Amino acid sequence: MLRRRLVPYFLLGPGTIWLVLFFLVPMYFMAELALRSGTVLTGFQFSWEWSNFSDALSENNEQVVRSFYYSGVATLVALLIAYPLAYAIALRAGRWRVLLLFAVIAPFFTTYLIRTIAWKTILYDSGPIVDAFQFLQLIPDDGRLLATQWAVIAGLTYNFLPFMILPIYASIERLDLRMIEAAKDLYASSRQAFLKVTLPLTAPGIVAGVLLTFIPAFGDYVNPLVLGGTNQSMIGNRIQVLYLNEGNYPEAAALSFLMMALILALVVVYIRFAGTEAFMGEEVEET
Amino acid sequence: MIAWLRRNGLMVYAGLAVAYMLIPIVVIAVFSFGETPKDKLNFTLGGGFTLEYWQHAFKIEELNDSFRTSIKLATFSTLISTAVGTLMAIALVRYQFRGRRLSNLLIVLPMATPEIVLGAALLSMFVNLSVFDLGFQTLLIAHVMFSISFVVVVVRSRLIGFDRRIEEAAADLGATPVQTFRYVTMPLVAPGILAAALLAFALSIDDFVISNFNSGGTVTFPLYVYGVALRGIPVQVNVLATMLFLLTVAAIGLVLWQQRRAERLAAVAAEEKVVPGPVPAAPTPLGG
Repeated sequence: MLRRRLVPYFLLGPGTIWLVLFFLVPMYFMAELALRSGTVLTGFQFSWEWSNFSDALSENNEQVVRSFYYSGVATLVALLIAYPLAYAIALRAGRWRVLLLFAVIAPFFTTYLIRTIAWKTILYDSGPIVDAFQFLQLIPDDGRLLATQWAVIAGLTYNFLPFMILPIYASIERLDLRMIEAAKDLYASSRQAFLKVTLPLTAPGIVAGVLLTFIPAFGDYVNPLVLGGTNQSMIGNRIQVLYLNEGNYPEAAALSFLMMALILALVVVYIRFAGTEAFMGEEVEET
Repeated sequence: MIAWLRRNGLMVYAGLAVAYMLIPIVVIAVFSFGETPKDKLNFTLGGGFTLEYWQHAFKIEELNDSFRTSIKLATFSTLISTAVGTLMAIALVRYQFRGRRLSNLLIVLPMATPEIVLGAALLSMFVNLSVFDLGFQTLLIAHVMFSISFVVVVVRSRLIGFDRRIEEAAADLGATPVQTFRYVTMPLVAPGILAAALLAFALSIDDFVISNFNSGGTVTFPLYVYGVALRGIPVQVNVLATMLFLLTVAAIGLVLWQQRRAERLAAVAAEEKVVPGPVPAAPTPLGG
């Protein structure tokens, strides 16, 4: 009997060890590094250097604000694109459903970096999009899209859109359509039925999508790097530069740690509210 | 016109959104056929149509090396993370035990952490401990780490949908546990594991952010592209990216087809259970 009780732990063992050793332990090392002082030449000594955290914030204030702004706008635009699309795929697409779902995840099958470079091609200075924008006077005649905030936001929106569509699609697909019929039987207009029934019932999908889009967008550094040029850097770019170019490990670690803390707070609030469902799929029935 | 828009507006919107999702992929493919002066991408299609870059897809040695490294890395990473993750999924779905919430949390957290933090944290550890030389082995460690959670999620959803009465039925019909596993459990769960493996492979071959931190001198396909971006990207990069896309699409098609087949098997098995009749002496394999 004891052996049977131990079976799940044996099954979990290898994966758990891997995640503890290469996910949790590195977090400890990062936290420890964030409290050191020194330079690359003299080495870094542990000294409870709490000021690394305040320095990381004050010295990168601009990038922190920009990260919130860009990833916030990208998440909002993604939501506006994703909800009607997910609704159409789940309820109206009929036999086209599998094909449309496939189109939604198709970007995942091309390399992230290469599809971002493809956006650079699309938004290129003498390309058709820029020409059209200039013709419509949305940007001045010598204006460009690359190296502006719009290019970065467009890239972020595009790259993380599937993360918004999929959870919303799942929640709409699971919707009990009889609820909507019932609302209409009770003389709700289509609009009222949508606002009072459909929207609240699919809210968990929306929250999950927002979280799954905002998190990677907030930490991204490829889009600002490829599409944004030099003046559009976000926190991710600062972490990369501090770590890999300037060798300022403590400040980079402090900045990473702050980002992790913020996102952890969001996730914990979410899990309290809805369980691990958004990330794990449906919960097991407790028997 | 307005009435038509009212009826079809949603589908038009959906069509536009789907076009938006597909445009960059089309751009990548189209530009792999565009002649350019120095055989480097120059962001315009002035040069006319050519098959040259497809005919000489594997002309650039550094690019080939990086592509090979990526394939090797993704293969190892997929094998390890699929094996380890499948075991975890089985434990989570089929057993009740203490510490399950904690396990769930440990699996969710890496997925909820921005890639740059994962990369930075691992590098913090690697530079502190001299046990690890940055290179292929640290890349493998990182790729397995971020793939495991996704494997667990995919396999787990497949296991939850699994009707365990089918296994009981097989046992009732006289199948040994090994036969039940071989002829019933495996064919039904295999598509889930296959899908998980495919996802792990795609995640690994796609990864740039975490690899950039922990690669040392090892160059993967995305790292190569990043490295040459300033000097000009050879058109062959688009050719290989298009090939990779087509291969993945084919693989997905295969998994979908397998899944349909497994569902049909499950339907047949479920029917066999409810239909009363003489009990066959030997277990009937459910293939075919």
